[in-house]
Order: sequence, then structure tokens, then C-alpha cells
Amino acid sequence: MTNQPTLRTAGDPAIVVADLRKNYGEVQAVRGISFAIPRGSTTALLGGNGAGKTTTLSMLMGLLRPTAGSIEVLGEDMLRRRHRVLPRMNFTSPYVDLPKRLTVGENLRVFADLYGLVDPSGRIAELASQFELGDLLKRPYGQLSAGQRTRVSLAKALLNYPEVLLLDEPTASLDPDNGDRMRTYLEDYQRESHCTMLLASHNMGEVERMCSDVVMMRAGKVVDRGSPSDLVARYGRMDMEQVFLDIARGTGDIIPARPGAL
Amino acid sequence: MPARGQAVNAAVLHPQQGLAASGRRVRAMVRRHAYLLLKSWPRIISMAYYPTVTMVLWAFLTLYLQPTNSFLRDAPGFFIGAVLLWEVLFRGQLGVSLTFVEELYARNLANLFVSPLRLREFIAGQVAMSILRTLIGVGGACIFAWLLFRYAIFSMGFPLIAFFTLLIAFGWAIGLAVSALILRWGLGAEELAWAAIFLIAPVSGVYYPISVLPPSLQAIALAMPPAHVFEGMRALLLHGVLPWHSFWWALGLDAVYLAIGVLLFRAAIHHARDHGTLLQTGE
Repeated sequence: MTNQPTLRTAGDPAIVVADLRKNYGEVQAVRGISFAIPRGSTTALLGGNGAGKTTTLSMLMGLLRPTAGSIEVLGEDMLRRRHRVLPRMNFTSPYVDLPKRLTVGENLRVFADLYGLVDPSGRIAELASQFELGDLLKRPYGQLSAGQRTRVSLAKALLNYPEVLLLDEPTASLDPDNGDRMRTYLEDYQRESHCTMLLASHNMGEVERMCSDVVMMRAGKVVDRGSPSDLVARYGRMDMEQVFLDIARGTGDIIPARPGAL
Repeated sequence: MPARGQAVNAAVLHPQQGLAASGRRVRAMVRRHAYLLLKSWPRIISMAYYPTVTMVLWAFLTLYLQPTNSFLRDAPGFFIGAVLLWEVLFRGQLGVSLTFVEELYARNLANLFVSPLRLREFIAGQVAMSILRTLIGVGGACIFAWLLFRYAIFSMGFPLIAFFTLLIAFGWAIGLAVSALILRWGLGAEELAWAAIFLIAPVSGVYYPISVLPPSLQAIALAMPPAHVFEGMRALLLHGVLPWHSFWWALGLDAVYLAIGVLLFRAAIHHARDHGTLLQTGE
């Protein structure tokens, strides 16, 4: 990794969520969650389908307006001043695509310009090299395989050297080899830039490898929190896969988290 | 380290505030759609195809009717001019609506709305693409009008610029309202992008004076800019003078409709932010 700007690290959290709620009519998708994500950390947001992860990430990105509560990202109020912080963050999501008839290079160029990169061509070349996209730059995005699209989406997410990166299933479509490369790249990027990453994933191996902290959600609430090793120990399980099943199904003998951990 | 809200690192990102930053983001949106538009010859040809064919039909009708019709003897280019200006309105509206529909099909809205792009810049990009599409579509028809019938719409002079501006601006207003409805009701409402403008065609006075309409429809016609523009065009062709009151009426109404269009689109985006459809709307 080269030309990586060093981003600010500080004691104050990168993301602070307080009593966040989202209702869709009678349905309570997120029910008053609160958490803080330290700067420079990689945190997993876990939960079964419908737990409220994507809804939470959408609110963090400013795509979805909360029913109540507050969100601060890098010290800015996301509900009132999101445009002050959006240039400093980015995301990937399986629910979002890029224009299929544009080539990979054209897509990256458009977003490089939207984020205001000083040297868009240089950054695109750098990412193309790191994500092995060189041969794909002139191909329409719609003609790529699912794995190739995932790599392009990750490259788009890193165009602006984000200080906060929200990753919804970032390696879901990748084979083990490419998944491992992507995780290595994200780890390197995180280490060198001190970027804050919030990762929603169903790949527990990925979580154990990349995340220092886990926020567990069920039915719109945060139900537990801790490091992967801490959670594995407290649930008396062998790995995060089993912890996930315990929490998602509401089974297992839970040793309560230490006070104030949530 | 830059202040909060500024670029992460001045060495890698331009400043995010100010006119230059806004202009850069609008240019990025134009680039995004121009990539799509200009690489496809069939797409460019189809944009000019319909206005040209319509213009040719009305031109031959003019040639057929002219010997027995005193109005067409006095204003021989009326129908061609009318059809070209109607296409300005139609293409102007399509340029805004289709640019938006393209984003929905691409499932790209979320990418755009988590970028530093502002809503007003998104709209400015739609408007810029509308101008480009209109110039390609109507420009092609104008060239054929000259080549085939020796009709030069530019002979209208300054009033042509006024008519063009007034009609395309109303097209933007309708385009934004249609975009709002499509965002609100999903791609099932996409047909509105093509059909909406024809709802007002009967009361626009494109091919006939609005005095032929029943009084109630005349009131509706006069509440919209196109009737004033086409009445003005008729007066210009027959008497050689632009009736300024028509111009001012059309201008004032354009301002009102544009404001309504922007407010509707903004409300639709707010609704989408409340209901999560920015992330989910698409094919």
C-alpha cells in the first residue's frame, strides 16, 4: 500500500449512537440502540436476518432517517450535518449496485470526481493494482462476475481514503482466495490509515479475524457486546459461529456482559 | 489535520465546500450520464429520430394544406416551428425524468446519496443532461427541417431563445414532478416519464389557438406556460412582433412550476429517507 494518507486518531469515538429507533408503521425495526465505536477499530455488527443491522447501517450513512435518537460520526451530527462528514466516509452494500453499462474505469472515475479526488487517475490506477482490476477497467460493470463486482465495489468504497468505512457483507460473493485477499487488504488499510470500520457480516471466521469488538443485535436491540474471544468465553463456546447461534436463537447460558459494556 | 467537515487530507481531496466543489460534483453527474449516452449511436439516433419524423409529417401536412389555407399561407413555417418547440418541452422533461429512472435501474441512488453530492447538485446534473438530450434530439430535427424543407427555425431570432428557455424550464418542472412520483411509487410508475407530458398537450395550444377550447379548459391552459409560449409564437409568425405579456406570464408561471417541481422532488427524497427506499428501489 502506497500513498496512503495518515488519518487522525484520537480518544473520542468515531461513531456514537444514542437511543436510536426506527419504526416502519407498527414495525419496530430498531428499538432504542446505543453504542460507541472507538476510532481506528474494526467492529462487527452481527445478528440474524431481520435483526436490524442493515437498517442501522442505513441510518449511519444518512440513507434512512431515524424515528428517534441521535448519530454522531467523526464528531458531526449525521441527522443535521451529514454533508460535512460524508466526504470522510464510504460504504459497500449488497443492496446497492453501480451503473452496469458504464465500464469499471468510468464508474470509478465518476465517484472519484464526486468525492473530489485531486488525482483521480492515480488513485484509480493504485486501487486497480491493489484489487487486480487492471484487466477489468475497460469492461462494463454489468458483464462482471459477482466476485469481480464485489472487488469493484470495495475499490469504490476506498476511493476517498475514508476515515469511516461501513461494510455490509463485504466479501459475501468472493471465493475463499479472493475473500482472504480482500480481508488482508482491508486489514492493511485499517492498520495504515487508522480507519474505523463497522462490518456487518454472516461470516464468523471473518469477524474473528478482523474485528476487535462485536455488537450483537436481535430483534432491533443490542443484546450483547464484547471482543470475539470475550464472547466465546462468556458463552462457553468454541467459536463465534456457536455464539452467533446462541444469540440469534436466544438459547445458551449467557454470562452477562460486564456493566456498561453495551 | 484539516478542520472537521473539510477534506480528510488536502493532498488527496479537493475542498468539499463552495461553488467549485459543487460544480465538480455536477460535472461528475454529467460525466456519468454522458458516458452512457455518447457511447451509444443507436441511443443518439433514437433521440433525434422521433422529433425528425414528427416534424416531417407536419411539414408534409403543411405542404398539403397551404394552398387552401390562409393561415398557413401567412405563416408557412407554423406547424414545423410548433412541433419543434413542442419537442423542446417533451425532450426537456424526458431528459430530467429518464436521467433519474436510469439511476433507479442501476440501483445507484444509495451510492450517490452517501457521497458528498447534494440534492441541488443532483438536480443540476439532471437539468444539464436535459439540455444535452434536447439539443441532440431537437437539433437533429432542426437540421432536417432546413435540409428537407428549407425551414430555418433560427429565423425567429431572439424570441426563439425565449421560447426554448420557457418551454425547457417547464419540461424540467414536469420532469422533477414525474421523478418524484416514480420515486414514491416505484418503477411501476416509470410509464409516467413518457406519458405525463401528453396530459397537458391538448391545453397547450401547440397546433391551435386556445380560443378554440371550452372556457374551463382555456382557464387551465392559461395557468400553464406552454399556452402563453405557443400563443406568442403564433402572434410572432403572423404579426412579426413578440407579445411581451405572453413572455412575462410564461416566465412567472415557469418560476412557480419549477418551485413546485423542486419541492415535490425534495419531498419524495425525504419520504424515501423515511421509508428506506433509497437503498432498495431498483429493478
